[in-house]
Amino acid sequence: MITVKNLVKKYADFKALDGLSFEVNENEIFGLLGPNGAGKTTLIHILATLLKPTEGGAIVNGFDVLHNATKVRQSIGVVFQAPSSDDILTGYENLKIHALLYGIPRKLREKRISEVLELVGLEDRKNDQVKKYSGGMRRRLEIARGLLHHPKVFFLDEPTLGLDPKSRETMWKYIKKMVREEKVTIILTTHYMEEADMLCDRIGFITNGKIIALDSPSKLKQEIGGDVVKITFNDRIPLDKDFTKFDFVHKVEQKENSVIIYMEKVNSNLHMLIKDLDGVQTIEYKKPTLNDVFLKLSGDYLSGDSPEGGFMQRYAQYKKS
Amino acid sequence: MLSTKNLSSNIVLGQLYALWLREIKVFLRERSRLVASTFTPLLWLIVIGSGLGSTNLQIGTDYEKFIFPGIICMSVIFTSVFFGAYIIWDRKFDFLKSVMVAPSSRTTVFIGKTLGGMTTSLFQVAIILVVGIVLGINYDALSLLQILSIVLILSFCLTSLGLTFGSYIESLEGFQLIISFIVFPLFFLSGALFPIDNLPAWLKLITLVDPATYSVDALRNSILHLGTYSFEYDLAVLLLFTFIITIIGILSFRRMKAV
Ligand SMILES: Nc1ncnc2c1ncn2[C@@H]1O[C@H](COP(=O)(O)OP(=O)(O)O)[C@@H](O)[C@H]1O
Ligand SMILES: [Mg+2]
Repeated sequence: MITVKNLVKKYADFKALDGLSFEVNENEIFGLLGPNGAGKTTLIHILATLLKPTEGGAIVNGFDVLHNATKVRQSIGVVFQAPSSDDILTGYENLKIHALLYGIPRKLREKRISEVLELVGLEDRKNDQVKKYSGGMRRRLEIARGLLHHPKVFFLDEPTLGLDPKSRETMWKYIKKMVREEKVTIILTTHYMEEADMLCDRIGFITNGKIIALDSPSKLKQEIGGDVVKITFNDRIPLDKDFTKFDFVHKVEQKENSVIIYMEKVNSNLHMLIKDLDGVQTIEYKKPTLNDVFLKLSGDYLSGDSPEGGFMQRYAQYKKS
Repeated sequence: MLSTKNLSSNIVLGQLYALWLREIKVFLRERSRLVASTFTPLLWLIVIGSGLGSTNLQIGTDYEKFIFPGIICMSVIFTSVFFGAYIIWDRKFDFLKSVMVAPSSRTTVFIGKTLGGMTTSLFQVAIILVVGIVLGINYDALSLLQILSIVLILSFCLTSLGLTFGSYIESLEGFQLIISFIVFPLFFLSGALFPIDNLPAWLKLITLVDPATYSVDALRNSILHLGTYSFEYDLAVLLLFTFIITIIGILSFRRMKAV
């Protein structure tokens, strides 16, 4: 459905996208997961024909984004990262204007507008000005707007950014509903691990303009190899300790005064691991999440127990500093 | 920048209607903008008109009447250039992105905007014309038709000008620059407030490249029968300016960054 080939986007000397290639299959939800500044929005803009790549190209629904922009635009719906509805107009007016822009015939227009309003649960607020909507409602209106012309492909750029947890769950519900009822292929970007895990069939990890891993959430989690234990020592790691000698340990990594141990069945094996261990400051352990996959792939271990989402932001800050 | 061909004219008309509709709804709903932009020219007419009018100029009519065509043009200048330059806001707040991602060409979006600018101007000029009756200005069918044409053309011209500059400017501060360096010179050098016949040569030269000059003169011809040039000459020069600015505007608009 979408083929991205060797995409490069440079701003002066800085590469926002650094040779991206991947494919998205029909009717899948494809997640682009990465910290702020990874290049997600830039990629969406290129696929939506709003930005020209420096090198490479992309095919969306069989049409080249560079040479067949009209066809691409007719094939796609987009919800941008920042709100892009007119807040002085009502929800209905926003939809009507876009139905006209997409050339939806008069006979079908009203029916389709009601359909999409119903889909996102905004029928009873359609005559309110958009400035009176909550962040989540506004995002939902923009989903409805993007669906008006029956697009084959839908882009959602950080659809739950800035929403409170409850609205975020509502949003997920509507995204799933839209996949069911409208049969669209979705590319969704997010920096919330949990969101990608929950919604996506496949996930591409993107950082610094590159995709560093691409697979289904469960495969990605398997790859990390079992549970993760992080032991932090007061001063430094004892030199005489060899954790790899245990059968249940897959892999050991060291970072400053911590060791990170990938192992089987942490519940029953932990006591063996820490027997005779001196100078331990903290022991943390967890089942693998996408966080860990990302950490592992990007080679950084920051904090093991950060809440979902918060982590990626901290990661981004860390990378900048 | 990116090709958008093969749209039927039906669809393009619908798109123009959509873009126009959006502008008009926003205009009518933003009361403060509406009141301010209608009220300012009237304030000028009354304050400057009666203030300077008391100083006894040799212009062949009351000063208030003399500047009346200038005040009409003032309203059009401010409304239209602002209207075009508003594109900076649209880009900042992303509404434009949602339009750009629809299968409408840049030229359609450009023309849609100018249609909005023309309607807005017309609306405000209508109010000023009514006030003109109170000042004792008489219109006939011909002069109303002439006013209508000049207002629409000038508005088209200057909305294009605003869009042209707006398409190159990315920061909201740039809006302020447009006001200082485009709107005010256009207005002050148009002869709206004083006759341009007796100006020093260098200043007169500048007034000659201001499309508003010919609009003020044309309106003075048709309302007061007092022009420097003939109405036909004014109209022709104004059309020429409009043509050139529109071409430049559409080209600038097409190469404008969407994001
Ligand atoms: N117009 C621009 N000029 C210069 N740099 C830009 C521009 N737009 C984006 N960038 C940079 O490109 C990188 C990727 O940005 P973006 O695609 O917005 O990331 P994401 O959406 O993943 O947070 C960032 O480092 C950003 O600062
Ligand atoms: Mg982004």
